[in-house]
This record gives sequence, structure tokens and C-alpha cells, in this order.
Amino acid sequence: MESLMIVLVGILVAVATYLVLSRSVLRVIMGTAILSHAVHLLLLTVGGLKKGSVPILGQAAAPYTDALPQALILTAIVISFAVTAFLLVLAYRMYLMNGSDDFQELGGSPDE
Amino acid sequence: MIVAFSILLPFIAAACIPFIYRRFKNIHLGWFVLVVPALLFTVLATYIPRIANGETFSKTFEWIPSFGINITTYLDGLSIIFSLLITGVGSLVILYSIFYLSTKESLHHFYCYLLLFMGAMLGVVLSDNLMVLYVFWELTSVSSFLLIAFWHHRKASRAGARKAMLITVSGGVAMLAGFLMLYVVSGTFSIREIIANLDIVQSSNLFIPAMCLVLLGAFTKSAQFPFHIWLPDAMEAPTPVSAYLHSATMVKAGIYLVARMTPIFGGHEVWFWAVSGVGIVTLFWGSFNAVRQFDLKALLAYSTISQLGLIMSLFGLGSAALHLGYSTQSVIYTQATFAALFHLINHSTFKGALFMMVGIVDHEVGTRDIRRLGGLMSLMPFTFTIAVIGSFSMAGLPPFNGFLSKEMFFMATVKITQLDIFSLDSVGLLFPIVAWIASVFTFIYCVIIVMRTFFGKIQPDRLEKPPHEAPIGMLIPPYILIGLVVGIFMFPNILGHYILRPAMASIYPTFPSTDEMTPHISAWHGYINTELIMTIGVVIVGVFLYRTLKKWRPMYQIFPQKYSFNSIYERVISSSEYRSDQVTKRYMNGNLTYYFIYIYVFFVVVLAGYMVYADVFSWDPSKDSVIEPYELILVFVMIFATLAILFAKQRITIVLLNGVLGYSVAFFFVVFRAPDLALTQLVVESITTALFLLSFKFLPKLTKEKVSKTFKFTKITISIAVGATVTFIGLAVMNYDEFEPISAYFEDSYNLAGGKNIVNTILGDFRAFDTMLEVVVLFIAGLGVYTLIKLKAKKGDADVESK
Repeated sequence: MESLMIVLVGILVAVATYLVLSRSVLRVIMGTAILSHAVHLLLLTVGGLKKGSVPILGQAAAPYTDALPQALILTAIVISFAVTAFLLVLAYRMYLMNGSDDFQELGGSPDE
Repeated sequence: MIVAFSILLPFIAAACIPFIYRRFKNIHLGWFVLVVPALLFTVLATYIPRIANGETFSKTFEWIPSFGINITTYLDGLSIIFSLLITGVGSLVILYSIFYLSTKESLHHFYCYLLLFMGAMLGVVLSDNLMVLYVFWELTSVSSFLLIAFWHHRKASRAGARKAMLITVSGGVAMLAGFLMLYVVSGTFSIREIIANLDIVQSSNLFIPAMCLVLLGAFTKSAQFPFHIWLPDAMEAPTPVSAYLHSATMVKAGIYLVARMTPIFGGHEVWFWAVSGVGIVTLFWGSFNAVRQFDLKALLAYSTISQLGLIMSLFGLGSAALHLGYSTQSVIYTQATFAALFHLINHSTFKGALFMMVGIVDHEVGTRDIRRLGGLMSLMPFTFTIAVIGSFSMAGLPPFNGFLSKEMFFMATVKITQLDIFSLDSVGLLFPIVAWIASVFTFIYCVIIVMRTFFGKIQPDRLEKPPHEAPIGMLIPPYILIGLVVGIFMFPNILGHYILRPAMASIYPTFPSTDEMTPHISAWHGYINTELIMTIGVVIVGVFLYRTLKKWRPMYQIFPQKYSFNSIYERVISSSEYRSDQVTKRYMNGNLTYYFIYIYVFFVVVLAGYMVYADVFSWDPSKDSVIEPYELILVFVMIFATLAILFAKQRITIVLLNGVLGYSVAFFFVVFRAPDLALTQLVVESITTALFLLSFKFLPKLTKEKVSKTFKFTKITISIAVGATVTFIGLAVMNYDEFEPISAYFEDSYNLAGGKNIVNTILGDFRAFDTMLEVVVLFIAGLGVYTLIKLKAKKGDADVESK
């Protein structure tokens, strides 16, 4: 399962990279969202999968699944959510101000 | 103590200048400034008898003792020559500048810079610590830069200052590197201590590199070939500055450095050839080019270059004695060094006078172009006298001091041919030949100075002012100098005995006696010797060539201007500017996608490259847990959804597919026993999707990307490479279980933190700092979103919303 998950992560990363390299802002934001999914899954996978029960004491017998990666992922989910929300509003504002969402058009003028 | 004070006094005086300038508006500022060098000259002159007895004076003030950098002043025979020149010529130049510069100029700037320079120069020659010497060295570069660009409204002044700065500072930095190498080898910055530990230094691998770097500093500062190009351009400075900095003092800092370093490096063949070779080439090239100049100051600049080359080559020739060691035979070669020191003083006297003469001509007539000058002899008889004495001394004619040093120079070049070290027996003959040819050119340009300026027909219509004699104040300083020119010729041995002899002890510290190294200078040896014949030859050939100057002048056109060192310098500067601009424009194209590509490529190259290089890839599926069918389905759903995003044509598809991804991830969390994560992920994904949908109407339509096939191909390649790198690293990491996980500790959470949910205790108790700051992140993001939406563009800015 772990190997399969890592291959899945690799595919997610590849797609995220492709989207980040595109010209429209929306695609780039979507690329970052997919990238964060990939990273969360990767964190979970390298912590070890299905090695124990749910990490809540008393609910099941030991051994428990490693709880530390879960805590880390929880933090990361919230942060990436905050960043995505901010980026989305930033894109909205940028589109309002510049009337374009194309990086090629928004790029610095060639004489600077 | 007094020595340290004499370094400090000019700086203090420079700091006081603005106050004096404001207080005494109607008195020329120069009178106050004149006190400083005159006082210092007097004080330093009192040391002469004691230094002639072989005493030296040193005093240490701690500066950065932990690095061995202390302000150590050291006054010996060599430094007193230079400090007397600096203060002596400095006094005369300030006196001259009082009459040269009108009170309309910004005098407080001028004298402030000049005093800074004087203090820095005294610091260079009186410092024993290499780092302190370097600090003062750069300070002379900076103050010289300020002085050259004194009339900063002129373009040529600024260009000249920039060029001088660039060249001398580059050399200075090279010299710093050399000093640091010396420190690494010897463990001390003190020149005297380095000389005391000479064997360690000379046996080191860094000996030659340090020597070359120090020489680079000396050559750039002293305008040696091919770094001489800044000196003619520095002639845009006011004439007192040219007379002081660019003939008598700053350009001799490199000479001083060579003399100071001779005991360290002198015995080596590389040093001998570098110093004497570069010196003799500079001597020839400077004199050769001086003849073609039309501007008197440019002519004098090239003549300065040439004379500095002469002094430099003499120091090089004199270093042969160090190689031979002390013996009665080798003492002959020390006389080259003696001649160098002697000519150093002579050059300062006559070149200072000549610059002042040119300044007078420029001041009274309005031009320095020899094609417009002529026939000034009867109108400016006093100035004419200066020109004659100065020029003929420079040409090496009796009864002036230049004759004596030129004779000694010829003698040194002839003597050196008799040596059989450093392969001198084969090429050594070049020294007297080149020296002789250069002397012929020197003679020619000296005659040009006198004849073209003061003889011939006067052309009043081409002059800007009616010519008349200069005020007496302007004449006094050059007259003192030419008085010295004649005086040194008459009584050269006073100078030799009292001033040059102790300096010889500084250059040859290992030689037991300085008396043998001090020759008795005499103008007439009582018989006709080789040197005298050479001088007579110079005069005869020089006169002949001057007469036929018109015929062979076109020879200079053979060398096209395109290949002059100046234009090479210009081209190097402008082309490097252009190239760096091109390179920067090429990769910094302002397009975000390109920067992402650089980052990704770097990531792949470094990480994948390292994996291949270290051969760390490993994959061991044996420890994997089993794959359940529903997990497989989930994996395929995710793969399908991500790939579908790539081909989506509408943005709503993308948003929904992203939702599919998010919920699948939540399902994975369920499957992998992470209930908190599953909950959070579900909520967050819902909100994110809702956000996307909310802003849906405000966001742009998804357009089909118009990119070239190759670019698309590049993107695909990079994406696959990045994905593959991550996969391979992940697979390799999975097999790494060197250490036990620390989660066993958290499983005791009920006892430690009083909670049964391990994830929550980690978040709220064990690692609560993360959670706190994560809350802050969320808060800041909320504020950011709020401001971005609420705050409108400022007045005057383009506001698209209102359109």
C-alpha cells in the first residue's frame, strides 16, 4: 500500500507542477491546492500505514497508529487552507485591478 | 607619539575646516590650511639627525588586538623621505593653490579633501601594520577620487575620477589579498616582524601569489604599464592637485610599497623581473607617448608615468643585491636602489615645479595646448626660468639634479649586464638599450615643453587672455622647488648622507653596513665614463630627432587609436556592462513561469542528481501493508480526477474535481485510522469548494492556454521529472528505519496530559506552540482577505472596479 500511495503522490505532484507552470492564475492556485493534498498524503504515508488502531486511548487496544504525523498534517491542512483562501482573494483582487489573469501579460515590462 | 600625531593632525584639521570657513569668510582658507603641513614638515625634519644615526621610532596603539591589527607607527629612513616629501611638497602646493584658486571656488571642499589625502598618505608611509596601511591606502584612493572630480560639473572630470578609482581600488583589493596571504603565512601583520621571520615566508607556497598581488596594488597605484591609463585622465583635476597627488605623492605610494616590500620579496627572481621589467617598459612607453601629446598636462602625465617607471626599474635592479647576499661585490648593485631613492626626491622637485609652471601658463593665458602657445619667453620670464630648469633637470642635463640621478640610472643598467643570475647574461643588455632610447624620448619631450611654450611666435588671437607674468605668490613655490633642483645638484651628498643612507638601511636590513652602500655622488668623476658618453649620445640624438620631429611624427599614426590601452579599457567596461545587461535580461524576463521552471529544474537536478550520484535509491515492497480493493478504487479515483483537471475546459469542472480530490483524501484519512484528520479535511474541503464557488462569478473565465508545442513539451517533461523525483525519494525514504519513532511517548498521553485522544493532546498540549501560531496564520489570512476585499485603490490610482 505504501508504495502505491507514494506513486499516487508522485502523480499528484506532477500534475500540480504542470498546473503551477501554466499561465492563468486560477490554474496556479489549483496547482498549489493539489500540491498540498499530495504533501499531506506523503506525510501520512511515510509515518506508516495501517500499523495499528485509531490513536484514541481506550477505544481500541494498542498498538496505535503513529499520532505525530496526524498532528502535523492537521496543522498543515489549516495553514494551507488559510493560504489558499488568501491566494484566491488575491487573485480576485488582481483580476479586478489589472483586468487580466495571465502571467505572461502581467509580467514586468521588458525595458525594466 | 609625535609621529602618530602627525598622521592625526590633517584629519583633525579637515574636520575643523567647515567651522573656519564659516567664521573667516574674507580670508583665503588656504592660509589656515598651510599651517598644518608646514608644522608637520618642521616637526618631522627635527628627526633627521637622529634617523641619520640609525635610530628608528615606533609606537603601538591598540585597535583590534584580537586580530593583530594595531596602529603601529614606524618612522625610519624610508618613511621619513616620503613623509618629508608629503609635507614639504604639500606646503608648497597649498601655498600655490592660495593664488591659483579664487575664493569663488568651493574651497572648503577642496582643502578638506586635500587634508584627508595628506593624512591618508602620511598614514600609508608611517604605518608598520599591513592592515592599517591598507586602510590608509584606500583612503588615498578615495580622497584622490574626490579631488580629481573637484569640478564635478565637468563630464571629463567625473570620467577621469571614475577611471582612477576603478583601477586603483582594484589594485588595492588585490593588494589586500596579498597582505592576507602574508598574514596567513607569517601570523603577523607587522612588516618588521614579517621581515624578522623571513625564512617561513619565503619557503611558503603563498610566497609568489602574495608577491604578485602586492605588486598588482603597487603597479596600479603608481601608474605602471599597462595600468598607467588612469593618470593622464586624472589631469582633469585642478593643477595643484595634479602637482601634489599625481606627481609627488600618491603615485609614489606604489613605489613606497615596492621599496618597503623589497626586504621581504626582493631576493626572488620573479620580483626582480616583474619590478624592473615592468618599470623599464613603463619608462619607455611613457616617454614614447609623452612626445605625441599636445596638452601640456597630458605630456607631463606621461612623463610622470615614464619617470615612475624609471624609479620602479631601479628598485627592481637594486633587489638583485638581496639575492646575492652581502659581499663587497654585491654592494655595487645596491646603488641602483640608492639611485632610485635619489631620483624619487629629484622627480618630486622638478615635476612639482613643472606642474606649477603649467598651471601658471594655463592660469595666465587660458590654454595648455602647445599648438596655441609660443613666444611667451619675453612676457613671462620667471615662468620661463622654471620651465627651463625643470625640463632640463628632467631630461638629465647638468647642472641640475636630474643629471646626477640619470647618470646613476645609466650606471645601474650598465652594471646589471655584468651579472649572470636570473638569465641576465643573455637579455640583460636590453636594460641599458631601452633606458637609453627612453632617455632620448625624454629629452625630446623636455625640449618640446620649453620650445613650444616659450619660443617661436606668439599667437595672441588664439589665446584667451593677454599673457602677462604670474603674481609673486604663485611663483614662490615653484622657485623653492627649482632652488632645490639646483641645490641638490650642488650638494648632493648632504642629501645622500643624511636622508638616503638611513633609507638604504630600511631596504637592506640584513646588510651590516650602510656606509658602503652610500656612494659619493659627484657630478664629474674626473674621467669620461660610459654613462657620460650615453648622456652625450642622448643629447645629440635628441636634438637631431627634435629637429626632424615633423618628419617622423606620423609614425604615431601607425598604431591605430583602436588598439590603445585606453580604448581597450573603454571597450572592456562598456562590453561587460552590455553583456551583463544582456545576460540579466535573458534570464530575468519578468515571467513567473520561467522562474518556476528554474526552481523546479534546480530541484530535480540537485535531488535526482544526488540520488544517482550516491546510488541511494532502494525499493523494498516486502514491508508494505496489503492493498484492499476499496483502497485501490480510491487511488484510481484520485488519479483520474487529477488527470482530468489537466484537460478541463471550464473552471467549474476544475473546482469540482478538486473537491473530488479533497474528499478522496478525507476517505484515505478514514481508511488510515485518522479520524481527526478526516473530519478536518471534510470541513476544509467543503469550505474551500464553497469559496471557489463563491468567488466563481468574479474570477476570469478559463481560457485555453496558447503555448507553443515545445514549451508544452518542456512543461510536461519538467512535471514528470518533478513527480518522479518525489516518488523515488519517497520510496527510498520508506526503507529507512534507522531509529525508533518517538510516538510511544505520546501514547502515555492520559498520564502526561490527561487526554485520551493522542492527536488532540499533541496539538493542545505537547506541541501547543504549533497550534497557537497556526491560529495566528489563520487570523492573519482572515485579516488579509478582509483588507483585500474592503480596501479600495487609493486616490489617483487606477481603479478598475469603478469602470
